[in-house]
Order: sequence, then structure tokens, then C-alpha cells
Amino acid sequence: MSKLTAAQRVKLARTPGRPGTLDFVQHLFTDVFVCKGDRLGREDPSIFGAVARFHGRPVTVLGHRKGRTFEENMKCNFGMPSPDGYRKAQRLMRQAEKFGRPIITFIDTPGAYPGLEAEAGGQGEAIASCLALMSGLTVPVIAVVIGEGGSGGALALAVGNRVIMLENAVYSVLSPEGFASILWKDAGRAEEAAGVMKLTAADLLKLGVADQVIPEPEEGAHTDPEVVYAAVDRAIVRHLSQLEKERDLAAQRYQKFRAMGAVREETEA
Amino acid sequence: MQPLFRSRRDRLDRLRRQREEAVEAAARREAAAHGGSQTCPGCGAECSNQELVKTEYVCPHCGYHLPIGAYLRLSLLLDPFSFRELWPELTAPNALDFPGYEGKLAAQREKTALSDAAVAAVGKLDGHQGVFAVLDSRFFMGSMGVAVGEKITRAAEYARKHRLPLIIFSASGGARMQEGILSLMQMAKTSAAIERFSKAGGLYISVFTHPTTGGVTASFASLGDITLAEPGALIGFAGPRVIQQTIGQELPQGFQRAEYLEDHGFVDQIVPRGEMRKTLSQLLALHRKGVFHR
Ligand SMILES: [Zn+2]
Repeated sequence: MSKLTAAQRVKLARTPGRPGTLDFVQHLFTDVFVCKGDRLGREDPSIFGAVARFHGRPVTVLGHRKGRTFEENMKCNFGMPSPDGYRKAQRLMRQAEKFGRPIITFIDTPGAYPGLEAEAGGQGEAIASCLALMSGLTVPVIAVVIGEGGSGGALALAVGNRVIMLENAVYSVLSPEGFASILWKDAGRAEEAAGVMKLTAADLLKLGVADQVIPEPEEGAHTDPEVVYAAVDRAIVRHLSQLEKERDLAAQRYQKFRAMGAVREETEA
Repeated sequence: MQPLFRSRRDRLDRLRRQREEAVEAAARREAAAHGGSQTCPGCGAECSNQELVKTEYVCPHCGYHLPIGAYLRLSLLLDPFSFRELWPELTAPNALDFPGYEGKLAAQREKTALSDAAVAAVGKLDGHQGVFAVLDSRFFMGSMGVAVGEKITRAAEYARKHRLPLIIFSASGGARMQEGILSLMQMAKTSAAIERFSKAGGLYISVFTHPTTGGVTASFASLGDITLAEPGALIGFAGPRVIQQTIGQELPQGFQRAEYLEDHGFVDQIVPRGEMRKTLSQLLALHRKGVFHR
């Protein structure tokens, strides 16, 4: 693995040419049928949803979508979903549960959109319901953090039995800019924030948040994406076959997240 | 002070608190902490603490609900001498080695005599046994780190095991930044525990108090079977300042207040502090398992 600083990895994770959800979908799946809409009157293009085949087997695919061109960026709100997107995701997760399909998610968002309409539509409730629903699914869930894993907006699709990260992907409670502005009232100290936030794939592997890190080419995933697609493909195959042997996937997932963060407790004298 | 002495003193403090659970005693402590009077953030009126004790810290002039501590909240709700605190010693280490975090935690503990921002208890409200958890905004703005996440999770697991209703009062600035990704993971952990409790048929009443934002809004606080809010409470995912910066325009009057959430369908009812106990009692009675249950 390369020896980049955390701030350099943040930059790589946001590189415009970096493979996004649609690229992974195109290279890893066949027979892709795109599913749109939350059935509550809205469609949010910043969350991609589809039924597709993975090595011949039907799966449900979800992921954040940032868009390639400026026009697409605008349409996808730069990968910042609205509550409608999270409600579409919930609908497709329930559907996957009904048909016994594994769920593969691709995480790549600066965070859920902080706007007037998003708040009016219950951004908090939409994310919370995603977390609750995902935690109880009985089908295998594999989350792959491919770029930016920003805050609750990322976690909403990442309550997986396995969480895989690309080497230069980052995953954090808030963007380094937001973190610096909250803690130090100075968004300009984002690089310094990145350094203390423990947001790199290697950090998260150590903390038990990520289960596997997939190495990238020296200069980043966008310089040789085919290698990355193949490695992600192999990882998903391996984890899916492991998870098929698990007796209770909901219990396994519960225990995985239940164990996050150690506590201290003095016994009463 | 030596750590040993400090932990002994903290323990004594807590034991003392558990004895002094009558409304008057808790309110007097609150009053002592603020001196003779407070300025109401709602109308600017000067309110004497004597007066505020009687109104449960609601401004007698404009009805503004002043934030109150977790123990005072519990003492206002629970039947006298029915209170048993759960896991009072629970804390989380500085797992990310965040610079300066231990010192900040120690200062917060010194200031509030709390071990972290959540207090959990089993007790009776108007005779109804339940598990109660309260976030205290005086401790690191009620932010959720590992200790808060763990306490909420244990409260839900305890309620599930003992088949008791769960009532949580939220007040939180969101995630505990110093605990980074682990604080984010508490959103998944607490939501998963609530979901399990819910699937087991348990009743969960969530009460939003001022202010509740970020990771707490986007996890357990939004998953209630019944959702209540105190009047005027600020409730949202993103904070108002972030939204204003993002959209570059003034926010509408009343935006993200409890009344706004009620209008948009995210709160069942807004309940003034003085009626909270009565309302919870009614809800607990309505959900009491009788012959027709299941
Ligand atoms: Zn007032």
C-alpha cells in the first residue's frame, strides 16, 4: 500500500475521474434493471438502485451517485441525497428481503443534503429508518466504500455484514472541513483535521469499522480502474460465499455493530 | 486530585443524588447552580429561580422551555423513591487518541458531576414501570459518543429483556466529534437495538427536547412508536448554521422548531413540560398489555 497522508487520500477519494457507483455497476453486474422512485411521490437520482445479476445470481444494488458531467452533478446534487433517496433505498431493501436477494451497496457521498426541503422532508427520520431496517435484514449485505464515506448520509447505506473499503476511500463522522469548522471554527484547517480524524481505510480496518481494504494502483483507482473492479469483484464473491454459511445474518450484523467502541465501567464498591 | 479519590467522590455524589430525588431537592440544586435568577432566552425577562422551580423551568411570561438536566428531568417524571439508575459508571476511553480529549472530558465531569451525557434509569411513572433514558445537554452539548450510544443500546436491550416500555428524552448537538467514526457507528448501534426491541413488541416513546440535531435525530430519536416534542424545541438533521451556509439565504421563521416538525408530519404531539407526566402516563396505560394483546 502507498504511503500517502490522510489529507492526500481525502483528495484522491474526491478526484473527479475516480470510478463511481455506476462504473462499478457496469463492470461487476449483468442484466441490470434500474429501479426508481420512493412510491411516495419522489425520485432522487443521487441514490442509484437496481436489480441485477452478480455472477449469475440476482442481487439488489444500491449506491450513491455523484454524476460525471456538470449537468449530472447538478441532477445528482453532487451525491448528496434527499430523504426521498433514502426512502427509495428502504423500498428496495424491503424488496430484496422479500425475494431473498443479497444487497450490495456502494458508498460515495459527501453526506446527506443539508437543505430546507431535505429538513422539511425528514432527513433525520429517513436516515434513521434506513439504519433500523438494514440492521434487521436477513439477507447478506455487503457495503463497499469506494470514495467519500461522509457522515450519516453514508452510514445509511452501510450497515452491512461486511464493510469493504478501497485503499484511498475515506469514511468519517463529518467532512474534514466541517470537522475543522465545528471544533476549531476554521474550515481552513481541514488538512490538519484529516490527520487526526482517523478516516483512512487503514485506520478504519484497525478500529474494526472496515473488514477488508482493497489496494489501489499507486496513483489512485482512476489510473487503472480495471484492476480495482477485478479486486472488488473477488472480494464480494469471497464475502458472499462466507456469509452464505452464516446461520443468522441479522444477528451477525447486530453483533458487529454492537461491538463498535469499547467502554469502561467501574464496579460499584 | 488523585484519580482514586475522584472516583470515590463521584460515586458518593451519585449515591447522594439517587437519594435526593424529590422534585424540590433537584430543583434547588439546579437553582443553586444558576444563582438567584436567569434571563429567559425566549423573551429576555429576568426569572427568579424560586419562580422557575414552581413552573418546572418554563418561563412564566412567554412559555419558553429552558433546558434542564437529566436528573431534574427524571425527578419531574418518576414516582418518588421508584428511581434506580442503571450503569451510572459507564464511560468511554479516548479511543482515537484525540488530542486534548481526556482533559475536556474531565472538565465536563467536574462541571456537571455526570459521567457522560446520558443517564438511564428504571423506575415508575404514575405506577407504570419503565426504562427511561435522558440526554443532558450540559455535558458536551449532549453529543453522542460511545458512552451515550452504549447506554441507549443497553437501555433498549434491558427493556427488551424485562419486557418494559422504553422512554427516551433527547437533547443533543449530534455526534461527539472527538470520537470520530466510532461516534458515527453509535447511530447504527442504537438504531439496531431499537429495531430489535420494536420487533419484540416493545413500546418506545421518543421525546425531542431543545435542541436535538445531527446523529441523534438521524438515529434512535426518530424511531419512536410515539414521537413527542417540547414546545419550541429545535429539531433537525443539519444544524441551522450549516443549512444557511449551504443555501445562502435566511431561514424561514419557525424552521426546524417542534411546531414545524408537527406540521410536516414528524411529531405526534407537542407536549408542554407541565403536561408531560400526564401524557406519558396516558400512553403507558394505553399500551399496557391486557387480555386482548396478541
Ligand atoms: Zn420568557
